[in-house]
Amino acid sequence: MKEIATEVIRSPGYWSTVLRRFARDPVAVIAAAVVLGLILMAVFAPWLAPQDPLQGMTLRRLRPPGTEGYPLGTDELGRDMLSRLIHGARISLFMGIVPVFAALAIGATIGIVAGYAGGWTNTLLMRTVDVFFAFPSVLLAVALAGAMGPGILNSILALTLVFVPPIARVAESVTTGVRTRDYVEAARASGAGALLVIRKHVLGNVLGPIFVYAMSLIAVCMILASGLSFLGLGVKPPLPDWGLMLNTLRTAIYTQPLLCALPGVMIFITSISFNLMTDGLRSAMDIKA
Amino acid sequence: MLAYAFKRILFTLPIMLGVSVVCFALVHLAPGDPLVSVLPPDASQSIKEQMTKLYGFDRPYHEQFGRWVVRAVQGDLGTSIRTGRPVSAEIGKAVGNTLMIAALATFIGFVLGCLFGFVAGYFRDTWVDKSASAAAVFGVSVPHYWLGMVLVIIFAAQLGWLPPTGAGPGGSEAWAWDWVHVKHLILPAVTMSVIPMGIIARTVRALVAEILSQEFVAGLRAKGLSELGVFRHVVKNAAPTALAVMGIQLGYLLGGSILIETVFAWPGTGLLLNDAIFQRDLPLLQGTILVLAMFFVVLNLAVDVMQTTLDPRIQRA
Amino acid sequence: MALLEVRGLVKRFPVKTDFLGRTASFVSAVDRIDFDLHEGETLGVVGESGCGKSTTARLLMHLIAPTAGTIRFEGRTVGTPGLTWKAFLRQVQMVFQDSYASLNPRLTVSESIAFGPTAHDVSRREAEARAHSLLARVGLEPARFAGRFPHELSGGQRQRVNIARALAMQPRVLILDEAVSALDKSIEAQVLNLLLDLKDEFRLTYLFISHDLDVVRFMASRVLVMYLGRVAEIGPTEALYTGSRHPYTTALLGSLLSMDPDRRTSASPISGDPPNPINPPAGCRFHTRCPYAEVVCSAQVPALAPVASGHSAACVMSQPGSGHSRAAGKAA
Repeated sequence: MKEIATEVIRSPGYWSTVLRRFARDPVAVIAAAVVLGLILMAVFAPWLAPQDPLQGMTLRRLRPPGTEGYPLGTDELGRDMLSRLIHGARISLFMGIVPVFAALAIGATIGIVAGYAGGWTNTLLMRTVDVFFAFPSVLLAVALAGAMGPGILNSILALTLVFVPPIARVAESVTTGVRTRDYVEAARASGAGALLVIRKHVLGNVLGPIFVYAMSLIAVCMILASGLSFLGLGVKPPLPDWGLMLNTLRTAIYTQPLLCALPGVMIFITSISFNLMTDGLRSAMDIKA
Repeated sequence: MLAYAFKRILFTLPIMLGVSVVCFALVHLAPGDPLVSVLPPDASQSIKEQMTKLYGFDRPYHEQFGRWVVRAVQGDLGTSIRTGRPVSAEIGKAVGNTLMIAALATFIGFVLGCLFGFVAGYFRDTWVDKSASAAAVFGVSVPHYWLGMVLVIIFAAQLGWLPPTGAGPGGSEAWAWDWVHVKHLILPAVTMSVIPMGIIARTVRALVAEILSQEFVAGLRAKGLSELGVFRHVVKNAAPTALAVMGIQLGYLLGGSILIETVFAWPGTGLLLNDAIFQRDLPLLQGTILVLAMFFVVLNLAVDVMQTTLDPRIQRA
Repeated sequence: MALLEVRGLVKRFPVKTDFLGRTASFVSAVDRIDFDLHEGETLGVVGESGCGKSTTARLLMHLIAPTAGTIRFEGRTVGTPGLTWKAFLRQVQMVFQDSYASLNPRLTVSESIAFGPTAHDVSRREAEARAHSLLARVGLEPARFAGRFPHELSGGQRQRVNIARALAMQPRVLILDEAVSALDKSIEAQVLNLLLDLKDEFRLTYLFISHDLDVVRFMASRVLVMYLGRVAEIGPTEALYTGSRHPYTTALLGSLLSMDPDRRTSASPISGDPPNPINPPAGCRFHTRCPYAEVVCSAQVPALAPVASGHSAACVMSQPGSGHSRAAGKAA
């Protein structure tokens, strides 16, 4: 029976099909480009920003955009807005992406284990998750951040804890759906152990939807993170963070309205780009590939 | 239905217990002296001990928790450290205010969301759909507290049509349903409504598109049913889920109102929460988080039962 | 000694659980069945929907745990240290009804086939080679099909893949659970002939579950008839089809549409609705729909008793001295 495998014609795999479909959606592609641009801006901030975001001359505080030397004006301590906005991308994107990925790792594990094991394991894990899910996300984030105190690390911990329950729920639901499929039964019927079946048959079909769901949470996380900073519970001054900047610039709401709206514009652009990009990704995955 | 409702309530009790444990733990894991906001730094040791004993902070945690829960069930949430007034009174006053803007915001969000969603779902993949969906994406992506600031800039600072902050000339104590006071409602409620609007629009669009693509609709049209009749069918099928989403959104707004209320200085539970955090007023903080979380749990339960009643296909274990 | 011996197999599913999770009422999908599977034969299993055929298959494949009963393979009880389930499953494989749902949409056809052997310490390369040769054997050219995904194949091609996948484990027994029921008639004929060829070539034993009585007559040497979780009748194919001894079997066969215009049936051979499986009728389960039912039928559950060599039926009519008016001999 021993034969050498013949040369085969390979069909395009699942992800390459998804990528192709994604590329055909102009809105999604533009959104992805914007996201990429923002990430690059964040990575190369020190080289892109014309001035030091932390140094300001109080004499030149609250200058409007278009001022000589300060294309987007200065903030309440005389710091260059453009530089602060560019550097702000670093922290704001960081605080939007890291908690979601941390929550993805934790929540997906909980959900997949609960979904595949079923029975008591499932009940125990998911009821615990439900207790945290019973809090509205803003409330939980604020309460956690309020309890732990301001600071980047605390905010990231708080936000991770906020996003673990929804991801775990989605992971459990998707895994339970896949577990009852015939092909998983057939795999189990071949005598393979649980880990092998999960690795080969469950993960491949489960990680995709979970990942896309997690991506759709990035925009929410960013807004929540900025919100925490806005309340004074997140990033501490003098670090440049878009949410914190909205807070500190509020005093100028009557005198320099354009200035105080700028950080929010950045949050908005980032958030809408992430949302449109993940929408496009979800549509691209929406076929029985 | 009653049996199902009873079963669900029974299943919710452990969740409520868990929620109160988390509430308690959250507040007590906060670093720092709980009495720091009340006592001057040079207070004598004996006064400190007296106050600690008065508030029960010297007891072991599970005892503090037990006493708190027992009293809370009877409606006594302790006394605010800072103001000295009962916590339940403070919350009661604030909840009414938050409910006002949250309910109005949910209503606006529901109406607009359904409008956009229906239109988008009916005219799928046309420019009408694209514009309506754009509005939905806007609602979901915009940082609502920033939007509040922008609206304040436009309508209060620049145009001067609406007041920027507060609940009325005399504060919320003298609320009356007249134009002077309602003017204060508008901006916060409209700002709050964008998120529910976005989410409901997206949900309704998906629902409508799915219902219309189902074969029974083609069957209805083949029978000669008018478009209005088909429309009624779609509404009937979409209503349970849409209403459920609306209920959940109301819960989110109630619990997450802190950001908007901070922007507009609206004296609701959100602002109360803000104060409690920064003043480190533990009893008030505990009580507020508990009430808001419980509201959400109860609302979820109500939505669940209502959904099962309206849509017999949904079978919950 | 039979290759496979099933004794007293029971499977109960909870229907309603009370608040604490205890079973309040249950349905006996399989209620004490016994049968043997002899090496080299094809045993057909027939019955209406809900009679427990598929549940039996899943019990044999350990996809669900039995409530009671034993399974013996080559004399050794499965599930004991002498013969673990994993070792047993190397010998017994199953082909499912839904050809699309039984293949992982993310894996290529070759990967799906090769998975089973790799779980039993076969090297990846050898498993892949085996997959390719099996694809050729079931009529799918490896160069064209091995790298394809399930959604790119037709129903018949997918079912061939499923057969190849089952054979990759080099089993002795193949359970075919409605394996051809979802295929077009012409494809069905091709696949059935393929199954017959494979049976000879690999010296397999088949358990052929189907609701299609004509197909079973074509494929099976012996037939087992199930009703509401119990065995109604078991025996050689022709003996059953020409001289059935259980009224249910007779009715089932009577429902076959005949090509002969002189034998039109205007009345349905079976009356009434299938009873509620949660509350089955007392005594013989079929008595509520049986044209020969008498009092004695509801009094006791009839045992599966021999009526001829290799042919048994669970009906009091064929048991002498049972008290039924048509049974031979006097009441005991």
